[in-house]
Amino acid sequence: MISAASALAMHATGLTKRFGHVVAMEDADFELAKGEILAVVGDNGAGKTTLIKTLTGALIPDGGQVFLDGQPISFSTPLDARRAGIETVYQELAVATQLDIAQNMFLGRELRKPGLLGVVFRQLDKKQMRRLAAERMRGLGIHIRSTSQAVETLSGGQRQAVAVARAAAWGRKVVILDEPTAALGVRETQRVLDLIRRVRDQGLSVVLISHSMPEVFAIADRIHIHRLGRRAAVVSPRTTAMSDVVAVMTGALKPDGVVSALLASPAELAPKQRFQ
Amino acid sequence: MEGPDLTGRAPGQQSLNPTAAAGAAALPSVLRLRALGLFAYPITGPLFALIVIFVVFSLGTSTFMNAGNMSLIAQQSVVIGTLALGQTLIVLVSGIDLADGAIMVLGTVVAGSYATHGDALTALLLAFVVCVIVASVNGLVITKFRLPPFIATLGMFTIVAAGARLYTQSRSFPITSDFLAVLGSGPDFGAVTVTFGSMLWVLLTLALGYALNETAWGVRVYAIGNSPSAARLNGVNVTRVVFSVYALAGVFYAFAAWQALGRTPIADPSGYQIANLDSITAVVIGGTSLFGGRGGVAGTFAGTLIVVALKNGLTQAGIDSLYQQIATGALVMLAVGVDQYLGRGQRA
Repeated sequence: MISAASALAMHATGLTKRFGHVVAMEDADFELAKGEILAVVGDNGAGKTTLIKTLTGALIPDGGQVFLDGQPISFSTPLDARRAGIETVYQELAVATQLDIAQNMFLGRELRKPGLLGVVFRQLDKKQMRRLAAERMRGLGIHIRSTSQAVETLSGGQRQAVAVARAAAWGRKVVILDEPTAALGVRETQRVLDLIRRVRDQGLSVVLISHSMPEVFAIADRIHIHRLGRRAAVVSPRTTAMSDVVAVMTGALKPDGVVSALLASPAELAPKQRFQ
Repeated sequence: MEGPDLTGRAPGQQSLNPTAAAGAAALPSVLRLRALGLFAYPITGPLFALIVIFVVFSLGTSTFMNAGNMSLIAQQSVVIGTLALGQTLIVLVSGIDLADGAIMVLGTVVAGSYATHGDALTALLLAFVVCVIVASVNGLVITKFRLPPFIATLGMFTIVAAGARLYTQSRSFPITSDFLAVLGSGPDFGAVTVTFGSMLWVLLTLALGYALNETAWGVRVYAIGNSPSAARLNGVNVTRVVFSVYALAGVFYAFAAWQALGRTPIADPSGYQIANLDSITAVVIGGTSLFGGRGGVAGTFAGTLIVVALKNGLTQAGIDSLYQQIATGALVMLAVGVDQYLGRGQRA
């Protein structure tokens, strides 16, 4: 029992979020294993975004609990989540196109020169930032001519690669990607998927929100199916067919009609007060 | 094999599609590429224009190119040039300040009126305090109440301009203090005076250039001008940085007020009425994009010199001042046109 829970990078139980009369999420559970790629799929309006926002501190849930490495945790801003080691790549590409790659990698977390120049004159250590950015990009197998290149000179896929690399560079535990390939062509999508695999292989847990089933089945270790504001099922792409995933997503198939790939039973993860 | 080939491409290459590259359509595309390569640096255009202006007037008139006239051009530049430094900051975060000239004038009359009975240093400090406070109110209205900068500062322009006249009851104050007018003087080098004001202008340009290019704050200013949402998602406190931009601009307006007292030692509430437009002109001609995030103080320095040298040169050539204004207007449109043509106006 303990081993199942300790294999989790992040989990959540009973998450609920209402907006006025609208219940966006009700009693939703979530689990993410260490070093896995977990795809989150669901129909439009199923509440995927609400779930992700709750996990990253962009929304504060009305009920339920989020755990990181088994410890209960609550984020009140996205910055809290980042400090805890969770990085998010948003759907609207959050890169400043006129800044260069290194500047984007370090935006909001710039490095200053050591000594007087940095402390008194607040001078940036551009060389060091470029070096570290280049190192990081190389480590992820991204070939960029120079990190002092403006992001606007890059193609869509390269820009996405910069965004993913930044998340991987700063995320110590979890990287969340919100439809990272939505605007990309076939070849570029392949490259970004390769990149996501390498991020996982470096030991990070990846949450991938996607609308593309072939993409999900190509890359995911497990698939979290979200429906009507809660988790309907977690399945493995190896044991469940694409058509069944779609069927659960749309409600054509009951969640117990597929083989569950849950690591921990809800009971062992649930906070005690739920049963008291 | 394993590594995805995300090799960087040349600037502009992605906008070339293979079919357009064939035939007559290729020519403009190639020109566009060339232009992008050189004009990727926003300073290239203004510097080029400045050199052309200097060459044309040096050849066209006998009185333009000499040390005395160069000193004069510098002196004619300092007020608008200093004001334009603050304006540059604001334009970099996609804002605009129509009140900068009025705030500066308020600074001059506050200092001028206080100096009639108080000491000069306190008078100057008061001017700084007033300028920074009024500029900060702009920042507050724009960041907290989310008024568009154009409207917020248009309102502030009217209020401050009228306020300065009410405060002085439309009187002017001659400046008798040497300290308040010190920026108009300076060491002589033969027949040429290099004023302290010119030196201060260069110094302020360098200081702001350093802040924009070498500090995290500067990177964030550019990032916000480029994409406020991207900056926010990366943990940049956009409200705070934008506010700091407006407040800091106030410091430059105060320096401009001091420059103005050095240039003409009289604090006149109805002076410098179109200084706001002149400062915007200098910023835009200097290649800073009105869309934000691109440009900088080097361009503004050149842009100020372009406007002043053009005026100065046309005067030396004996051309009607109305033609000077037409030339300046055409330059503004050219500068913004180039900005658009190079796709800098595109929001990514």
